[in-house]
Formats: sequence, structure tokens, C-alpha cells
Amino acid sequence: MPTAQGGTLYRGREGMWSWVAHRVTGFAIFFFLLVHVTDTALVRVSPEAYNAVIGTYQTPLMGLGEAGLVAAIVFHAFNGIRIILVDFLAKGPRYQRVMLWIVLGLFVVTMAGFLPRHLMNVFGGQ
Amino acid sequence: MTNATHGTPAVAERVGTLDAPRSPYVRKKTTRGNYELYSWVFMRASGVVLVVLVFGHLFVNLMVGDGVEAIDFAFVGGKWTNPFWQVWDLLMLWLAMIHGTNGLRTIINDYAERDVTRGVLKGLLYLAFTIVVVLGTLVIFTFEPCPAGADPELLASFCTA
Ligand code: HEM
Repeated sequence: MPTAQGGTLYRGREGMWSWVAHRVTGFAIFFFLLVHVTDTALVRVSPEAYNAVIGTYQTPLMGLGEAGLVAAIVFHAFNGIRIILVDFLAKGPRYQRVMLWIVLGLFVVTMAGFLPRHLMNVFGGQ
Repeated sequence: MTNATHGTPAVAERVGTLDAPRSPYVRKKTTRGNYELYSWVFMRASGVVLVVLVFGHLFVNLMVGDGVEAIDFAFVGGKWTNPFWQVWDLLMLWLAMIHGTNGLRTIINDYAERDVTRGVLKGLLYLAFTIVVVLGTLVIFTFEPCPAGADPELLASFCTA
């Protein structure tokens, strides 16, 4: 199946690249989730163990990682809604490209709201 | 796939017993069940709910107050003594894990062409699913916000009040 010989309906352009991005972000979020449930489980070990590990999340490097992760989730979420609309609206497929630009616009707005605040928490003060 | 003869029996059946003219179209029955359909619907339904759960989670933990800087044992203690956040996090854990596991199943099906490879990868996937969902669920419900003998400095304020 993955070895189709060219000329498929979905090859190239916005439709394909948004699909690639959706797949890559979904994949990344899943593996983060495995790690994240495990680190949170340390609250059952001791306050010290939990605080020690979560402390590493508050370093500048991890702070940037969190920013990337939030970006992945925000894109996946908005584009997921776009996929649902493409599937369920009668004119969905016709407007899939317009909707991708709306997704990217909302993505920029959301990240513009989140990034300054988060980066100030990570890099500023204390 | 062993699809070489797929369809042939149905054709033979058709030829043997021709439908009466203008009888209404009836879909050929499949023997595979509707699993993929339900999974498709689930990806969409869970996606809509996850937008609310995940965005709420990120907002409360990263945007309110000092964001990620404020997260420690006492912060978690404050959240999980509240049934509202217990239910929120439980729902988020289960939906995200089923949604993500199902998504990864699709990705494995797409790229792992050999039966053995596919089987092994899916085995690992379902193992990871089970461990994480069981672990996460236990933690939410057996969490002890004020463990005996712990340094009170590290606990939520209500532990010492
Ligand atoms: C935040 C809200 C979310 C929405 C609206 C959403 C929506 C969607 C949709 C509509 C699909 C497509 C399913 C299909 O084509 O049948 C999908 C796929 C996927 N999602 Fe999500 N999702 C969300 C969160 C998550 C989370 C938290 C994870 C990880 C745990 C995740 C992992 C995946 C994966 C791995 C796929 C498969 C990608 C593929 O087949 O290419 N998603 N999502």
C-alpha cells in the first residue's frame, strides 16, 4: 500500500503536507504522553522524587521542548477539527485548502498568546 | 494479503441466482465486522472532546499563575483532592491513550509491510497502552496528597492546616 506508483489524488500540495504534519505531530504527542504519565506517576513514590523530575521540566532547554510540544498539540488539534469538517460538511472537501489557512492562522494566534507567557515563566525572574 | 480469489464466490453466487429486475440495491455483506468504521468515528468523537480536555489542561498548568514553574508535588496535591480534576484527568488519560494508540495502529498498518513486523510492533503498542493506562488510572485514584512523615514544606498548605 505505501508503494503506490505516483499519480494519486492526494500527492503533493497542501492536502498532503497537512496530512504529513498531522501524522508526525500525532506520533510525537503519543510518545510524550507515555513519558508524561510515567513522570506524573512519581507522585506515588515521594514528593522529593516528583519534584526532582519535574524540576528538570523547568530548565530552559526543556522549556523550549514544551513550547515545541504545545505547538504540535495546537496544530494537531486545529487540523483535526479541519479533518472532521472536511469529512462531515457537504462542501468540506472543496474548502479544505481555505480551512488549512484558517488552521494556520489560528495556530499563529494561539501560539502568540502562549509563547510570551510560557517563555517568561521559563526564562524570566527567580 | 491473500486476496487473490477475493470476490469470486460472490460473483459465482450472483451468476447462480440472478436478482429479480429492479430489485433494490443491497450491499454485499462483509465478514469483517465494522471495526474500522467504529474506529473512524471514535477518532473524530474523541478528537472533539480532547480539544476541550487538553486545552483546559494546558491552560491551567502552563498559563495560569507561574505556569510550569509552579508545578510541584503540592500543586498536584491541590488538583487531585478535587474530584473535578480527577475525573477530568481520568477522561483525558483514557481518551488520549485510546485515540493515540488507534492512530499509531493506523501508522503501523501503513508502513510495516511484513506480517511479523506488524505483529511485533502492535504487540509492543498494546503493551505500552495497557501499562500506561493502568498506571495512570491507579495514580489518579490512589494518590495521597499528605503522605505521613513527608517534609511539610513540600506539601499543599491544607495538609498542615
Ligand atoms: C487535541 C485534540 C485532538 C484532535 C481534534 C485530534 C483529531 C484527530 C483526527 C481527526 C485524526 C484523524 C483520524 C483519521 O484520519 O481517521 C487524528 C489522528 C491521530 N491522532 Fe489525534 N487528535 C487530537 C489529539 C491527539 C492526541 C492527544 C494524540 C496522542 C496521544 C493524538 C494522536 C493521533 C495519532 C497518532 C493519529 C493518527 C495519524 C495518522 O493516521 O496519520 N491525537 N487525530
